[in-house]
Amino acid sequence: MDTYSILREIADSWVLLAMTTFFLGCCFWAFRPGSRPVHDEAAALAVKDDTAPALTGCGANCAGCTCRAGEETLK
Amino acid sequence: MDYFRLAALGLVTLLAAIAADRGHDLAYSVHAAIIMLVAGGLFLWQLRRTDEPATARAVPTGYMDGPIRAGVIATAFWGVVGFLVGVFIAFQLAFPALNFDWSEGYLNFGRLRPLHTSAVIFAFGGNALIATSFYVVQRTSAARLWGGNMSWFVFWGYQLFIVLAATGYLLGATQSKEYAEPEWYVDIWLTLVWLAYLAVFMGTIMTRKERHIYVANWFFLAFIVTVAMLHVVNNLSIPVSLLGSKSVQVFAGVQDAMTQWWYGHNAVGFFLTAGFLGMMYYFVPKQAGRPIYSYKLSIIHFWALIFLYIWAGPHHLHYTALPDWASTLGMVFSVILWMPSWGGMINGLMTLEGAWDKIRTDPIIRMFVASLAFYGMSTFEGPMMSIRAVNSLSHYTDWTIGHVHSGALGWNGLITFGCLYFLTPKLWQRERMYSVAAINWHFWLATIGIVLYAASMWVTGIMEGLMWREVDAQGFLVNSFADTVAAKFPMYIVRGLGGVLYLSGALIMVWNMWMTVRAAPARAETSTTVPAE
Repeated sequence: MDTYSILREIADSWVLLAMTTFFLGCCFWAFRPGSRPVHDEAAALAVKDDTAPALTGCGANCAGCTCRAGEETLK
Repeated sequence: MDYFRLAALGLVTLLAAIAADRGHDLAYSVHAAIIMLVAGGLFLWQLRRTDEPATARAVPTGYMDGPIRAGVIATAFWGVVGFLVGVFIAFQLAFPALNFDWSEGYLNFGRLRPLHTSAVIFAFGGNALIATSFYVVQRTSAARLWGGNMSWFVFWGYQLFIVLAATGYLLGATQSKEYAEPEWYVDIWLTLVWLAYLAVFMGTIMTRKERHIYVANWFFLAFIVTVAMLHVVNNLSIPVSLLGSKSVQVFAGVQDAMTQWWYGHNAVGFFLTAGFLGMMYYFVPKQAGRPIYSYKLSIIHFWALIFLYIWAGPHHLHYTALPDWASTLGMVFSVILWMPSWGGMINGLMTLEGAWDKIRTDPIIRMFVASLAFYGMSTFEGPMMSIRAVNSLSHYTDWTIGHVHSGALGWNGLITFGCLYFLTPKLWQRERMYSVAAINWHFWLATIGIVLYAASMWVTGIMEGLMWREVDAQGFLVNSFADTVAAKFPMYIVRGLGGVLYLSGALIMVWNMWMTVRAAPARAETSTTVPAE
């Protein structure tokens, strides 16, 4: 068989089956028992406080810090 | 390292100068000159910094917002440029005299049209996507952008791509592939920039301090990865000469056509849909102050979109040399695509459940809602037009143009404006936008503009299609092509006016953004030392 026919045959059978299974698996996985709290937690990421976290050098308790979160200006 | 950079930049400047001199065509020479100036400028900039005592630089903290601020400005700027060119070419179609004799070969419709499409899709839309994705990925990962100054390289590299593409179109360097017109060296440059973009985005996700990867980031990542794949495959070409802009495609005939529309439709599906859905999944919940209606639905929305969109391309090639089975496949997947699209729209709209009053009080929410409504409308219209029988009427007519613009102006445009109104006060530490009334004006101007545009294109498109297929009792065509052009004239004027309204709305936005940054009172710094959760 030529390459086209071989590829066509594989695509029509096993690849199609694999992709459909994967897709359905993703859907069922979303509805698995116990997923609600996980999803609630993830969904909250968008609406939570979006101020910058303090990182190295500018720890939360650094009174004399010269650098502040969100201070970087347009260069 | 500094010396290495100097040597590399000097070499690039020299090579670009030689290329500009030896170039076989004008576009190539001009591009080489642009690269020479950019590399030369960077060389001088680097030279002035070399061997200077290192200034004590503050430890980078918090989020990296510099490239996002630049991206917001670039989005607004390119938006106005793209809309302006769009309005001009709309009137060129209505009044051909606007194809001036003196600018023939540079500013006629054929040269300006790809400039318009690329300016609005890649310059306006692309900058909006890069800026918002950088903003969202940092906020939802609680991590600073990965890769230090690489995000600046992404921003400026992308602007260079836009300038090269735009000047290339005007000077006639094009490989004649819709939405993929830039020639080979511009394609290679974009590939480099895009890989850096992927690295920054992936790096930030991998250094995240949250357990989950928020769904918006899934959409952004799918957009970045898929666009990289589409771009590389569709631009497989061999340059005729290293000193010329002309290249020859590797694919030919119907394979080339199929590759082009596989690319073209997924540019819509992943650039203009998946990426903008990433925006939607962050900014709509954020502005509404409540989490997305259903996170489960968003997961299914994501996977369904990914699995379905990639097959829809062949519906652009009904009744061509493409095998029937392929165009049927494209049609079927396009129709199935209607479901996840509406699932996503409902998910966005229902996020407002319990806060519907915000549509009345908050013009930014109103923009998001209108944008989702247009998303729903154009994702209903699209599958319908992909059905072969409908397509035989709609294809090659202005109906297609109307469909594209209800999606682009309505969905992409309005959601981007909403994001810009959200981001501008945030990024410049302002309380809110300078004028809320101006946002309202923008909303109504844009909405009425879109309605005029879409309605006139429906009328003229369907009329055109019907006139083309009208035959008399003997089976002869009734109308000549020129008859249809003459009949479309009034609708072309209406479309142009719609464009003027949309453009003036965007100008009001630019003024509003300017006044917000310049004049609005600064918000008290509240973000100083809040620890991450």
